[in-house]
Amino acid sequence: MDNNQDRQGKSLELPKPENLMRLALSDSGFVFDPVSGNSFSVNGSGMAILRRLQQGTDLTRIVASLCEEFEVDALAAERDVIEFANLLRNTFR
Amino acid sequence: MKHDTVLTVAITGMNAVPDNPGAGLAVARCLREAYGKRIRIVGLGYDALDPGLHRREYCDSAHLLSYPGSGTDAFFARLAEIHDIEHIDFLLPCLDAELPLLVNLAPRLAECGIRSFLPSPEQLARRAKDRLAELTREAGVASPETLPITHADFFHDCERKDWPFPLMVKGVFYDARVAANREEAEIAFRAIAAEWGLPVLVQRRITGEECNLAGIGDGSGALLGEVMMKKRATTSRGKAWAGISIHDEELAETARRLVAALKWKGPIEIEVMRDNQGVYQLIEINPRFPAWIYLSQGVGRNLPALLLALALGEAPPALLPPRPGMLFIRYAQETIVPLSSFESLMVDGRSELESEKP
Repeated sequence: MDNNQDRQGKSLELPKPENLMRLALSDSGFVFDPVSGNSFSVNGSGMAILRRLQQGTDLTRIVASLCEEFEVDALAAERDVIEFANLLRNTFR
Repeated sequence: MKHDTVLTVAITGMNAVPDNPGAGLAVARCLREAYGKRIRIVGLGYDALDPGLHRREYCDSAHLLSYPGSGTDAFFARLAEIHDIEHIDFLLPCLDAELPLLVNLAPRLAECGIRSFLPSPEQLARRAKDRLAELTREAGVASPETLPITHADFFHDCERKDWPFPLMVKGVFYDARVAANREEAEIAFRAIAAEWGLPVLVQRRITGEECNLAGIGDGSGALLGEVMMKKRATTSRGKAWAGISIHDEELAETARRLVAALKWKGPIEIEVMRDNQGVYQLIEINPRFPAWIYLSQGVGRNLPALLLALALGEAPPALLPPRPGMLFIRYAQETIVPLSSFESLMVDGRSELESEKP
């Protein structure tokens, strides 16, 4: 099975790790893109997702680790990851 | 760098006004921080109210120039008068309108002992807004289509001619306005034509993110010390009020190709839009340092100091690697000016600033 498929079997296109690797992440949740000069802040779960995407972790593993770390159910975690990943993919092409 | 004698550097563009500042004061600040009191800075301006002329930390003396519109001979004569008083070693112009005169005057100034580091008249002409298409073709750089027009009638049916609004309406030398419809376009056309003459340029509007790059062309095709900046806040005229240093190798490569095609000599600012496909589109090239040049000092790449070293044939100062993530934020403050300084500039066209008087 494709580890980037959601629960409906739909394949998810994650942002490319190389496009996220350039981002500078601080522990406060402040994120800076040195190429575009844009900055934004993310909460704890956003930071956790972003760090895993930078490492090239697949959807299944990201969801599993979020469930463990944040005591959230898998459905909610998957929805949040997909939404956040789409946002990142559109921002960092 | 070591000098046996104090070097005198004259800098123009001291009109550090909030909505559209000249670069002179920022250049003076860079040089003062690099050289301290080993240089004398002569501020040159056109108005006794130019704020930079009154900043004693940066200018040791101040003089008013003849407007470039008064002609080459009048401009040269005034510079020669100032040179008789100040013994200028190096002249660093910071205003677009001065460059066409100064690139032609450079040999005469050199005969008087005033050095400069400027492009040739041909290099200057090739980066003009109405010739950008030719340059970008040669350099392999993208740029929005631009059309010279001589009559506002163009806007009556421009949409039928595949020039839909919004459009950019620009002067050949300066000024750029967004026109959302025919009425705005005609107003912009008339204002720009009245101030900067014909033709007026119409340019397709690119949506995306504006980035600027400042550097120095060494005259043989190399770009030195590039510093890149993304605007984070702008004035009502679109000038940077806050910005942040960035680094994108693709933008650096775009700039290198342009500088190589021009064999540019001197300071340069390259303005681009990163469009929604991530392609850098050249908007314009300014033949001088930008007003935000103090950011170069902030990131360890003091470009005015590098320029001076190049012009003097000295070893260039060490430049730090690119350092993205350094912000600048402008602010407004008041400079207190004794009436005597203001009077001296108004009446005599010169002022030795208070701190230098015995």
